Amino acid sequence: MLRPVLAIESSCDETATAVLAADGRILAEAVLSQREHMAFGGVVPEIAARAHLEHLPGMVARTLETAGVSPRDLGAVAASTGPGLIGGLIVGSGFAKGMAIATGVPFVAINHLEAHALTPRLPGLVEGGAPFPYLLLLVSGGHCQCVEVSGVGQYRRLGGTIDDAAGEAFDKVAKLLGLGWPGGPAVERLAREGDARRYAFPRPLLGRKGCDFSFSGLKTAVVHAVATLPAGALPRQVVADLCASFQAAVADTLADRVGHALAMMPQAKLLVVSGGVAANQALRAVLEQVAAKAGVRFAAPPLRLCGDNAVMVAWAALERLRLGYASPLDAAPKPRWPLDAEDMVIRP
Amino acid sequence: MEIALPDQDATERLAARLAGLARPGDAILLAGDLGAGKSTLARAFLRAAAHDRALEVPSPSFTLVQSYDTSLGPVHHFDLWRLDGPGALVELGWDELAEDIVLVEWPDRLGSLRPADALEVTLHDTGGDTRRATIAGWPARL
Repeated sequence: MLRPVLAIESSCDETATAVLAADGRILAEAVLSQREHMAFGGVVPEIAARAHLEHLPGMVARTLETAGVSPRDLGAVAASTGPGLIGGLIVGSGFAKGMAIATGVPFVAINHLEAHALTPRLPGLVEGGAPFPYLLLLVSGGHCQCVEVSGVGQYRRLGGTIDDAAGEAFDKVAKLLGLGWPGGPAVERLAREGDARRYAFPRPLLGRKGCDFSFSGLKTAVVHAVATLPAGALPRQVVADLCASFQAAVADTLADRVGHALAMMPQAKLLVVSGGVAANQALRAVLEQVAAKAGVRFAAPPLRLCGDNAVMVAWAALERLRLGYASPLDAAPKPRWPLDAEDMVIRP
Repeated sequence: MEIALPDQDATERLAARLAGLARPGDAILLAGDLGAGKSTLARAFLRAAAHDRALEVPSPSFTLVQSYDTSLGPVHHFDLWRLDGPGALVELGWDELAEDIVLVEWPDRLGSLRPADALEVTLHDTGGDTRRATIAGWPARL
C-alpha cells in the first residue's frame, strides 16, 4: 500500500504544494499566485525563482500540517521538473529532492504537461471516470496542443501551435487594450458585454488538414483594428466589441481544430480540456458542443485544477508510482520537455 | 538602411539573407510593435539557419528563450516582452548564450546588456501584409 505523496509545482509563476493520499484523495492543497509579477505585465524569472524559494518552506509545512501528515509518513515526494522556467524548476525540484533524501523516500520527477494530461483521472473528478485513451486539449499561456493520451507515459502529439499559444494571444490582446495582466479573465469579462460580429477577425488554419493552431495573425489583426480607431482612450463598448470578436475567433479556431483532432483519434470516447485557458467559460461551452457533435464525452477539470497546481503533480506521481516508477535523484530540471519525449515512456 | 517588405515572402527573404551573414557571437535585435512581424522574421531566420523549412518555431514569449541547433551553431531566440529590464536576463544565462547567435525580440529590455556590435532590425507595420525594415549595424558586412 502506498503512503501519501507530497508534491511541489513551481514551473512558472505559481508556487503550489499538495498532499494526496495513496488513493488520490486530496488531503491538502495550496496555491500562491505571485501577484508581484502583475506590475511587470508577466512572469519575470528572477523574481519567480526568488519568490518560489521564499514561499516554499512555509507552504510545504502548512500543507503537511493541514493534511495531518508528518514528513516521516510520506511515501514519496514529487515535483514538476519541466517544461518551464529554469529558475523555478531548480528551486522546486531541489526542495523536493532534499525532502526525499531527508525522509528516505523516493523522488518522482514529473513532466508538468503530463500532470495536466492525467488530471481528469483524479478519483471523482469526471463522471464515469477517464479511462485511456482520451483526447487532451491543453490550452494555456505557454501551451496549445492536442494530445492523444493512451496511458501513463504514452502520449502522441496530434498537433499544436505553430506560433503563439492561445493564452498568449489573450494576454497580448489584453495588454494592447490596456486590460492588465493576466489577460484572459479581463478579456472574457468584457467579451460578455460586446458584439462578436462587430470585427471580422481571421480564423487561422480553419478547415486546414490536421490540428495545428496559429494565433499570431489573429493578434496582428486586432492590432490593425485598434490602429484604425481614433487616437486616445478607447470607449468601453469598443473594447468590449474587440474582446468579443477576438474571443469568438479563438473559439471558432479551437472548435475547428479540436474537431479535426477527434477525427484523427476515432478511438477516443472522451475529450478533456485543461490548462489556464480552459477556465474561459465561453470557450468551454463551444468545446462541449464539439464533443457532443462527435459523440464523445466532455470533461474539464474544475477551475482551480485547470491552472497550475500541485494536486495534479501529486496525482501524476501516484500514477507513476503504481507502475513501479520513481526517479533518480540526479534527474535534471528541463526547460523543454515534450510529452512524447523518449524518457516519458515507463520501461520495466 | 531602409528596406520595403511588400509581403511576408519579402520578410522571409530578408531573414534568409541575414542568416547567410550571421556567425557565432552575433546578436540580432528585432524591434517593432506587437504584430510588426518580429516573430515571422525570427522564424524564417531559424528555418534558413537550420536548413529546415518546416522547423517548428513556437513563440518564446512564455518561456522567454528557445534554443535551436542550426548549421550556424546554436541559435537562441529570446522574447523579452515580459521583462522590465536586464536583471532577469542573467538568470536566463544571457552571458553564456550570447557567445552563440542570439535573436532578441523586444531588445529595449536589454538595457546595459545590449551588445555594442549588434545588428538591429526595426520593423514597421505599413498596413496589411506590408512592412518596412530599418537596419542598423554590421557596417563591414552589409
